[in-house]
Amino acid sequence: MVTGYSSESEFGDLHRRLFILRVGLLLVVALLGLRLWHLQIREGPYYRDLSENNRTRLVLLEPARGLIYDRHGVLLANNVPSFSLYVTLEDVKDREFLIQQLTDLLGLDTALVRKKMTTKGSKLIPRKIKDRMTLRDATLVESHRLDMPGVMIQVESQRNYPGGVTSAHLLGYVGEISADQLEKPEFLDLHQGSIVGQYGVEKSYDRHMRGMAGQKSVEVDALGHEKKASVVERPQAGNDLYLTIDVRLQKVAEDLLGEEQGAIVALDPNSGDILAMASRPGFDPNVLSRELTTKQWVEIVQDEGRPLNNRASQGQYPPGSTFKIPMAVAALETKTMSPSSTVFCNGGYQFGKRLYHDWKAGGHGYVDLHNALVHSCDVYFYTIGQRMGIDVMAEFGKDFGLGKATGVELPSERSGIMPSTAWKQKAKNEQWLPGETISAAIGQGYVTVTPLQMASLVGTVANDGVNYRPRLVQAVMDRTSGNLQELPAVPRGKINAKPETFRVIKDALADVVTKGTATKAKSSMVTIGGKTGTAQVAALRTGPEENIPKKFRDHAWFVAFAPVESPKIAVAVLVEHMGHGGAAAAPLAKEVIETYMKLTPQIPAVTSDLSGGNWPGRSAKDS
Amino acid sequence: MINRLTEHRGLDSFDIRYVALIVAILGIGVLSIYSVTHGHQSGTAPYYLKQLIWIGLGAAAFLVMWASDYHHLARFAYPAYAVILLMLIFVLFEGRMSKGAQRWIALGPLNFQPSEFAKLVLILVLAHYYSKTPRVGWLQRVIVPGLLVLPGLLLILKQPDLGSGLSFVAVYAAMLLMVGVRSQALGFILLFSIMLFPFAWEGVWGSLHDYQRQRIMAFVDPGYDPAGKGYHALQSKIAIGSGELLGKGLYGGTQSQLKFLPEGHTDFVFAVFAEEWGFLGVLVLLTLFVALIWLSLEIASKAKDQLGALLAVGIVAMLCFCVVINIGMTAGMFPIVGIPLPLVSYGGSATIMTMASLGLLLNVKRKRLSLFY
Repeated sequence: MVTGYSSESEFGDLHRRLFILRVGLLLVVALLGLRLWHLQIREGPYYRDLSENNRTRLVLLEPARGLIYDRHGVLLANNVPSFSLYVTLEDVKDREFLIQQLTDLLGLDTALVRKKMTTKGSKLIPRKIKDRMTLRDATLVESHRLDMPGVMIQVESQRNYPGGVTSAHLLGYVGEISADQLEKPEFLDLHQGSIVGQYGVEKSYDRHMRGMAGQKSVEVDALGHEKKASVVERPQAGNDLYLTIDVRLQKVAEDLLGEEQGAIVALDPNSGDILAMASRPGFDPNVLSRELTTKQWVEIVQDEGRPLNNRASQGQYPPGSTFKIPMAVAALETKTMSPSSTVFCNGGYQFGKRLYHDWKAGGHGYVDLHNALVHSCDVYFYTIGQRMGIDVMAEFGKDFGLGKATGVELPSERSGIMPSTAWKQKAKNEQWLPGETISAAIGQGYVTVTPLQMASLVGTVANDGVNYRPRLVQAVMDRTSGNLQELPAVPRGKINAKPETFRVIKDALADVVTKGTATKAKSSMVTIGGKTGTAQVAALRTGPEENIPKKFRDHAWFVAFAPVESPKIAVAVLVEHMGHGGAAAAPLAKEVIETYMKLTPQIPAVTSDLSGGNWPGRSAKDS
Repeated sequence: MINRLTEHRGLDSFDIRYVALIVAILGIGVLSIYSVTHGHQSGTAPYYLKQLIWIGLGAAAFLVMWASDYHHLARFAYPAYAVILLMLIFVLFEGRMSKGAQRWIALGPLNFQPSEFAKLVLILVLAHYYSKTPRVGWLQRVIVPGLLVLPGLLLILKQPDLGSGLSFVAVYAAMLLMVGVRSQALGFILLFSIMLFPFAWEGVWGSLHDYQRQRIMAFVDPGYDPAGKGYHALQSKIAIGSGELLGKGLYGGTQSQLKFLPEGHTDFVFAVFAEEWGFLGVLVLLTLFVALIWLSLEIASKAKDQLGALLAVGIVAMLCFCVVINIGMTAGMFPIVGIPLPLVSYGGSATIMTMASLGLLLNVKRKRLSLFY
């Protein structure tokens, strides 16, 4: 049936089939060409975009935060290089495995690392996983980098406070921006991982100090390793701050408080410059600027001493007898009393059914305003308080800045309370009771103040009523232009009172120190005027002071200014639960004042005309 | 005719167009290998230099083949096949592992890949077999040659080397279709293959390694998981596509320079070339290949005897298959199966084997012309 094919026909067949093969080949090549045309020409731009994204990563260049100096140029806050670990999720092949690697290698908290890797955000922007790494850890990661695609170590500036706990409350600390903060308009140009001030001037001057982040474009290979980097935008360093404080005085003030809880504020009444602002207990801003674990946070926040609380501007205490200073001004100005008119003190003041005691059991006898201040006679002030009424007292108190924040450049400043009938109606929806006026007259009851307010108040009196807003920052150094911009002192008007009033009161305050309740503040170096105070903590007291548990003991106050003839410094000292101001607080104020005098020797020596009452530069008049 | 009689004694069969095409394609290969690997190595000889050495060895093989007589070579087809099979068995037990496959025999500092040479030997075996067998009967024309192919194919798939295995099948199919069976039989074969496909698929799929399956699956949807299975396919497409019309220039191929593209100097060298030289470069390379294949087909159709024609067809089929599959897979048209681009991809065994094959092809032409002498 089947015969063999001749080689001729087989060849003929082959030629036919080769022809088909050629056609087939051309068709297939045309198909390939078409496919390549589609890829390279039609979709070329799309793939070019993909290849650009494949290889470039935008890396933010964090700006150097502005530095902080004290009034004499002593460095208080700077930046030191530190290693940070970043992860670019886009380059991570196996996230769980990487988390495992990192926790094994560095002993990090697994949950924390996972949280940071899973929070929302671009996969292309590297996210910070750990900062302040030790050199050893950084080298360890660097040497394992080939096994961990997407991981990189960046050298960054880390906030550093050379003084440690010194000035912690007013400097504050920095920290990673929180999710809530990111939503706010003032942080619009920031991003997750940005460092912002979280407390103190770091927070209130954050906008000046934070600078502007730059960007660099990094070309990476398939493993996320940097090949080539080009800076797109240089980071702009933040501006430097020059504070008004003298860190030497600050240190002395903090050491004076020691282990006690309390606050010391010293300011220059001629400008409002805060020379020292101590609050104890304190904290180390270096620790808080690091990333804390939840446990560390809880420890700090739940600490009974509330170390994060700046007692100078946030602590509200009854002013006690220091409140007698504005009361005295009010009494003279309203002509409720003349300097020479007297009140008889028999050790108590009967009002209605209640007897209000004087601190001195037997009473002071006949006292005029001078002696009422010098010996801190309560009955005298009960009497004038009763005569003036709470609303007149409140008016003068507010003139001295009580009941409202001073406006110092610190976050969360508290305002204290200067009560009045309207205040009570509004705050408690109750009528003002006449008896409450009597408590208020000696700075108890509803009246509360901050140590900063009291320093400002005594400074205003020392300055014959000329009042400046307390401030912490005296100049800002613009890093881009190199200009030092000096900030002017902020006048806050003048107390509407006769110079004679201030002369009488300052005279009395000077005698408080020389022969009154605050002889422990008496200095051989400089004349000091001041007023003691004791802020009642518990309303009912039984037995001698020593038997009361410490947390119910009274707070000790002392406010002072010096030199009396030409005041350069005003001080408020508050020591919690230390009883009488004359014993616990006055020596500290003296120490602060003497230190300041030693540190600032250009102040003219104490001399000349104390007698005339015509002090240089103090001839303001009322109208 | 007179011209031919006088000229075609010797060197003039050494078709200069043919050689020029080969040199041009080799040049493109060396350039691309140089571009993608420059600066990456230190200590060892750079890839492009090593490739130049392979090309030198390949040129020697080319000349030897060209100068020999394919009739003599065909006589050694079966012993050669036996040796290759032994080598493939040896590789299974003693071969050098690389990337999950055991394909190489270490010869001192060099690695020798028997599966590449198996392809050429297979062409010789099949051509020899068909030229001696009358064109009748299923058994002699389809089953027996199929059984000849099978041991080599299985050994290669076991390595595993899917690319070489597929080339094996392609060579067998091409020779079967071109000269093995009558026209009517082609219809049957096609029908049968379609019917058998599900079973064959099951067998082949079941025998594949995980990574091979993943690559094939990734082919279906490469965009699904860029860092996983479809990674190679997607990166290769990005490389080719981003070349656009004119390309990014020498060293400009960010995809390959930054290693997003894996195997830039071997299986994916076409993507490197396409990225750096664009669509215009691609057109030039495709034209060179088409011209080379065209000339080879010319030789096949003008071969003086059946053995020569069969050899030529086998070699052309292998060349075509490798070029189309390689470009197709880098362009995302086929699954990634690991077939090098002939004459362009880096690789000693493949380069030498391809150049020897082309020398043999030219030998077919030389013998045809010598008939007239």
